[in-house]
Amino acid sequence: MAEFNTHILVCGGTGCKASQSDLLKANLKNRLADHGLQNEVQVLQTGCFGFCEKGPIVKIQPDNTFYVSVEPKDAIEIVDEHILKGRKVEHLLFKDPKNDKRVDDSKQMDFYKKQVRIALRNCGFINPENIDEYIGNDGYAALGTCLENYKPTEVIDLIKKSGLRGRGGGGFPTGLKWEITNKVEADQKYVVCNADEGDPGAFMDRSILEGDPHSVIEAMAICGYCIGASKGLVYIRAEYPLAIKRLKVALEQAAEYGLLGKNILGSDFNFEIEIRYGAGAFVCGEETALIHSMEGLRGEPTFKPPFPSESGYMGKPTNVNNVETFANIPPIINKGADWFASIGTEKSKGTKVFALAGKINNVGLIEVPMGITLREVIYDIGGGIKDGKEFKAVQTGGPSGGCLTKDFLDTPIDYDNLLAAGSMMGSGGMIVMDEDDCMVSIAKFYLEFTLDESCGKCTPCRIGNKRLYEILDKISQGKGTNEDLDKLRLLSQVIKDSSLCGLGQTSPNPVLSTLDHFMDEYVAHVDHHKCPAGQCKALLSYHIDEEKCTGCTLCFRNCPVGAISGEKRGPHYIDQSLCIKCGICLEKCKFDAVKIA
Amino acid sequence: MTKIKLAEKTIELIKSVCTQFGNKESELINVLHQIQSKLGYLPAEVQEVIAAELNMSVAKVYGVVTFYSFFTMLPQGEHPISICMGTACYVRGGEKVLHEFKRHLGIEVGQTTADGKFSLSCLRCVGACGLAPVVLVGEKVYGRVSPQQVSKIIAEYQEGCVNVQTA
Ligand SMILES: Cc1cc2nc3c(=O)[nH]c(=O)nc-3n(C[C@H](O)[C@H](O)[C@H](O)COP(=O)(O)O)c2cc1C
Ligand code: SF4
Ligand code: FES
Repeated sequence: MAEFNTHILVCGGTGCKASQSDLLKANLKNRLADHGLQNEVQVLQTGCFGFCEKGPIVKIQPDNTFYVSVEPKDAIEIVDEHILKGRKVEHLLFKDPKNDKRVDDSKQMDFYKKQVRIALRNCGFINPENIDEYIGNDGYAALGTCLENYKPTEVIDLIKKSGLRGRGGGGFPTGLKWEITNKVEADQKYVVCNADEGDPGAFMDRSILEGDPHSVIEAMAICGYCIGASKGLVYIRAEYPLAIKRLKVALEQAAEYGLLGKNILGSDFNFEIEIRYGAGAFVCGEETALIHSMEGLRGEPTFKPPFPSESGYMGKPTNVNNVETFANIPPIINKGADWFASIGTEKSKGTKVFALAGKINNVGLIEVPMGITLREVIYDIGGGIKDGKEFKAVQTGGPSGGCLTKDFLDTPIDYDNLLAAGSMMGSGGMIVMDEDDCMVSIAKFYLEFTLDESCGKCTPCRIGNKRLYEILDKISQGKGTNEDLDKLRLLSQVIKDSSLCGLGQTSPNPVLSTLDHFMDEYVAHVDHHKCPAGQCKALLSYHIDEEKCTGCTLCFRNCPVGAISGEKRGPHYIDQSLCIKCGICLEKCKFDAVKIA
Repeated sequence: MTKIKLAEKTIELIKSVCTQFGNKESELINVLHQIQSKLGYLPAEVQEVIAAELNMSVAKVYGVVTFYSFFTMLPQGEHPISICMGTACYVRGGEKVLHEFKRHLGIEVGQTTADGKFSLSCLRCVGACGLAPVVLVGEKVYGRVSPQQVSKIIAEYQEGCVNVQTA
């Protein structure tokens, strides 16, 4: 095998692949071959680096140079300048927005400085399709240690001591869950990895599976050893083709190396893993629904108890954990419970991965210690709000969560603080909103999602949410009344109290939290028939200020329905009967002449 | 609704997929995934054959097919267009983009154009939130799509050439 002394790492996450990182990789390889360097410089495709905003990302090792927004055509310059002549390609380096200086080492970037990477430790560093690279980074050492040195109960004690809590949303202590399943007697038990990731706008679990599938496989095997299961199942969304592919490759390699299968590492422990596919139903992330779906049924939740740990898949004791929860296990065993427990807050240990998105400069995947403040996440890591706009709120917990406002910018993020603030940790979606986002519309957006996704089993969830949605719709049309506002609250409470599963019980949260924090916006819609953010179409009309209009015709040329007329260099007008209120003219006008009324 | 008569070959294919999964009821979802990937959609006639093969009622198969949004009983257009309606795309204007697609194609979500060329659907987060708002045409991902680009994207496929640069 060739000995490589330089490695070019190209991001192969979904976002970067969408920006032609495959072609970039091929171009790099070709250029290297042109110079006869194919045996000295290796081109690797890794998982997500996290800095999706500026993808595709290319990193060169050993010198750690970090190139951003690399296009396929830049391959030639990277090879000819950096690889051959040792000169960094200036214009591809990240420019620090604070001082306009180019930064060449990712460790110096604000985006990475405050991050602590445990679950994402290998994402962007190793080739996920090569088990040797995982093993080279302490991979499968934890499994080996467990099988050789520890009894199952000892491993469980270690996990309990670490304080790890479930990352799928609920935050249940992982060690305790394993212990409960361990204690149930049965001829067959199952380990299930929940990779359904239903929160719209979140991509943590997929990135882990795409970037480091072996860490999940290793952890599932450890879990199997602890609870006494010889079978594992990964329930993954069919919409994640790349994650599925990488997982399959990893499973084959692990079996080939004897890390899955019979008598693993010479012990008498047997473990195998199968993949099960979801088919696009958010409620299937709920564990009882997930189990029914794996059994080939409609994914409808059932009443707990019995909990899956007593009676789960095929009626057997089943331990369900989230992808990120699993990814934390090997480092805890390798580095010790005390190390893990030293990170985070009193009741929330370790780190949390967030998919940071929305109106923020650095969209991406981040892993931060519990206890970090929102301000640090948004302004230091996230680089602040896009286009210099004003921060309004951040939504965590997806359709089950709530909004956090300016007042919470300095609250340390952990399970309990977020709950107390009327939101929740959720699985890690973090959507930033600015002054242009209408909170009534946001609540409506989430409700629409819930309506789509409710399984329909319970009346409050199926019909109650529909009524909530209708009231919100009425308000966004400017037809709401004060009585409607009271009804929203009352109905929300009823739905929360009387739904069977977590979906129904949390579905009114976006409504309640916007009512709590943004009552003024609701009042503006109801009393003044105005949408302060200028989002609710029924409540606004576009006009052109004659004084400011220079007659540049840009709006005229961009209006998709031809509603704008006027002479060149003369003032323009909008025909209200044709206008579809798309707002393109407003975005396009360079003279601030288009106004919303 | 008029019944389609399945070709002998199609019936054979369905049967072989069912056998591959041991004709087990619990494998229904896997069977449906496989068959949809081969046939493109799951009309009632196909569900009937599956039900018979797995020895379960057609109602149960239908119940599962309609429960999951990934399964469809209608044929997709030659170029299926999916608009991401995940939260990240929504706050960056995904709804406006969707609106433009509806307007240009003259169809609603879940429908196919009369010439069978395009169908329109929504999905939730494709994992490229950094490129929001995101549109998929077939497997191709378009990032940072503005409402003005919509007509250009459609035109690409109408002429049958696929090479417009985006993002
Ligand atoms: C409506 C609903 C959706 C859920 N979606 C997910 C999901 O997408 N991924 C996940 O890991 N857990 C999800 N959960 C939580 C699971 O039911 C379960 O608590 C979790 O997988 C347990 O793993 P953990 O203890 O490692 O977090 C969801 C729960 C509910 C009520
Ligand atoms: S609360 Fe909603 S999603 Fe949950 S079981 Fe009831 S109807 Fe289904
Ligand atoms: S929300 Fe659209 S790609 Fe994530």
